[in-house]
Amino acid sequence: MNGRPSATANAGAPGSGDIVLSVEQLRIVLDPSGVDIDDDVSLVIRQGEVLGLVGESASGKTTAATSLLAHQRRGAKIAGGRITIEGVDVLAASPTELRRIRGGLISYVPQDASASLNPALRIGTQLAEILEAHHFGDSREDREARLVQMMSDVLLPSDKAFLRRYPHQLSGGQQQRVAIAIALACRPKVIVFDEPTTALDVTTQAHVLETIRALTRSYGVSALYVTHDLAVVANLADRIAVMYAGRLVEVGPKAALFAGAWHPYTRKLLAAIPDLSGRHALKGIPGWAPRPGQRVSGCAFAPRCDWAIEHCAAEFPPAEGLAIEHQVRCWRSSEVRAQGASHEAHLRSAAAALGSEAEKTVVSVRELIAYYQSKETLHDVTATLREHRCLALVGESGSGKTTLARCISGLHPFKIVGDIELRGKPLAREARGRSVAERQAIQYIFQSPYSSLNPRKTIRQILAQPLSVFFALSNDEAEARMERVLEQVALDASLLSRYPDQLSGGERQRIAIARALAAEPSVLICDEVTSWLDVSVQAAIIELLEELQRVTGVSMLFVTHNLALIRSVAQEVAVMNEGRIVEYGEVATVLDEPQAAYTRKLLADTPTI
Amino acid sequence: MSTPEAVTVETPGVVAERRPPQWLLTIREAWRLRRTKAGVAISVAMVALALFGPLIAPYSPTEFVGPPFAAPSATAWLGTDYIGHDVLSRVLYGGRTVISLALAATVIGLVLGVTLGMISGYARRWVDETVMRLLDVVLAFPSLVLALLFVAVFGPQLWLIVLLVGISHAPRIARVMRAATLEVTQRDFIKSAEALGVAHRRILAFEILPNISSPLLVEFGLRLTYSIGLIAGLSFLGFGMQPPAADWGLMINENRIGITVQPLAVAVPVMLIAVLAISTNLMADGLGRALIGIERDTGAT
Repeated sequence: MNGRPSATANAGAPGSGDIVLSVEQLRIVLDPSGVDIDDDVSLVIRQGEVLGLVGESASGKTTAATSLLAHQRRGAKIAGGRITIEGVDVLAASPTELRRIRGGLISYVPQDASASLNPALRIGTQLAEILEAHHFGDSREDREARLVQMMSDVLLPSDKAFLRRYPHQLSGGQQQRVAIAIALACRPKVIVFDEPTTALDVTTQAHVLETIRALTRSYGVSALYVTHDLAVVANLADRIAVMYAGRLVEVGPKAALFAGAWHPYTRKLLAAIPDLSGRHALKGIPGWAPRPGQRVSGCAFAPRCDWAIEHCAAEFPPAEGLAIEHQVRCWRSSEVRAQGASHEAHLRSAAAALGSEAEKTVVSVRELIAYYQSKETLHDVTATLREHRCLALVGESGSGKTTLARCISGLHPFKIVGDIELRGKPLAREARGRSVAERQAIQYIFQSPYSSLNPRKTIRQILAQPLSVFFALSNDEAEARMERVLEQVALDASLLSRYPDQLSGGERQRIAIARALAAEPSVLICDEVTSWLDVSVQAAIIELLEELQRVTGVSMLFVTHNLALIRSVAQEVAVMNEGRIVEYGEVATVLDEPQAAYTRKLLADTPTI
Repeated sequence: MSTPEAVTVETPGVVAERRPPQWLLTIREAWRLRRTKAGVAISVAMVALALFGPLIAPYSPTEFVGPPFAAPSATAWLGTDYIGHDVLSRVLYGGRTVISLALAATVIGLVLGVTLGMISGYARRWVDETVMRLLDVVLAFPSLVLALLFVAVFGPQLWLIVLLVGISHAPRIARVMRAATLEVTQRDFIKSAEALGVAHRRILAFEILPNISSPLLVEFGLRLTYSIGLIAGLSFLGFGMQPPAADWGLMINENRIGITVQPLAVAVPVMLIAVLAISTNLMADGLGRALIGIERDTGAT
């Protein structure tokens, strides 16, 4: 083994080095059916370069990424193409060679470290395993020295006591660091990062990203960073590849891409990123990314594209642009390029408040203490939600924001002390103890639209539930009411006879919102309603919520971990940390002149473009 | 931004037709497996044999057609039993009881087990603890021993046998159903219904039950197999059907003393019980495999 590459040796301008990995015409299909998952994927990664691979869910980005290690998930098959790493043809490798390639030449950091580390083995054992499997170094001492170094590389303690821990004794961020250490162990040429920070809080995410950045620089290792969030790769990647429906539509240097993307999809994607500074308004992309088998011929983005012409449906455009540096696949890219970058940017009209600060109080929480089992998780929380206004509740996981929301909606199953009032009248702790009018007044929209809709019920049956509980309606009246709420969430009445699993994630969340609206509430509690959705869909849902609040005048409690979102919906914000509200005020004031140290940290860690 | 844009795009390949319920999908999936087809074919044949057997039986089951333990002949194809009845006729008559009693016992067990399991899994806390610990007590007694105890007290009544076998299934079914209910109860749509104030029994019947219909189906097949074994066992021990009634379990008992002289009088009912149990088990197994497969397909979303 060579000595450790020094930080300076590889500090040359990223992207100028030799090509380490190249993918040519990769095509991956679903196994028996032969339907494309990925098609015509060609890309290169240079020495020391970080390539961000960005796409919405079901765009085939993870399938493409794992194929670099010659691995396919069940039901997928590589149907053609060539992948070479340092001259080694990965797809032609024998199983023995593959074992050497994986971990030795190219390694993989999975999305969820808690699921990828073996829960029954100590982390020291798991780290040593990879070194032994690859016969790293000449002796046991060599390996132990390497192990200590790996741990310090990822900023974890390397003492015996720490190495003897089991994965569940580490935090999510620490687990992900261990996974990164394992990936780096044998000094591979390329590391594939598959959304390694999606499961983490913003603060932890910022630290992990910082570690990845430092390590790729100091080791000169190349990386493919797969993510659905352009903001995450904005500060990390040298170049960005944008994938849509299994094909790369644009590959280009980060700066050029952000300054003026060549493909309409990239531009839309950029406009959908929540912007912390509040320069532009969120703009969702109508529709959603098609799954394999639902894709139209020609350019798959055409149905959602403002630029689409007849020819787009006929044929997928060839790559054009500057050699391998910046390429785009769009029939009208020259026209798109001619249009200034500002075309897609819609100036914000700040989430306009219907009511002023002087509005009447709808829900008030005073000196609330809530327990999880016997542990106190909310301490002395006081907050007010006013008529026609939206209060954002921001914090990381475990900050108590969801607990507070559940307390208000009567869904917290443990002990609560303190006052929760609806228009001055105290509310019972449990929803069942509340009057019909009180239950009707407060409606809750859950985080995951995959879990909040009964999969065995049609949309009609789902929407009928609040109607039958709160109103005595004839069938025709109920039907008309359902159609009206669907219209409010911009869905077609033809969906009524569908089942939830026939809908996309964004549509499901709209149904969940429609169910809440059907009760004609005065308070809408939105619990992380966009965290399960793609960025483009998230933007559309945020647009919808803001619109609904403006039109119906409903008061809204918007729970989120994403500070960048709140400018678009809320007028007031409460920042929570460890069960306390650490800062409370008008959105603009809090974001522009944060007082609490925690808010400042949160703002600094939120990825921006 | 004036109105939210209409985002409904027709999904290609998604038809708005009414989809069959989950249990039907499970059955459809199971039908693709060879073991299910074999199980169903054999079970149907066995039920047909039991139902229509009496119509084609050459003699009445209580008619004396020859000397005891006579070997097969032109008049009695499978020979005669311990008092000279025709074995073939008794076999053809003797299936109805075991199949109908096993079915009834399974249904009783399912109703009891599903009710208790769902209430336990949904109510949690002390209700769950109480119900499950009580069921553990029932579970601690081997089902056959428990049945024998009650039959010894109340005498060999058919309704009692059915009830006891059903009760002996209940704890096992309840455990499976409780686990399935627990999983469903944790999903947000249950919390949503609770926040609306939907009545508990409506939540159980309309939110939870449709989501656990597939494991329920598998339990049905599995418990049917066990019921057949238990009912036949009880008949063999003399607590089921009483002579001179024709019954496969009873026949084994009646004729076992002559097994060396006239093995067919024992072997044929033994084989039929075994084939019946294996065929229902094949069906249950097919359903079980289909269930796992289905969950794998849709579980990701």
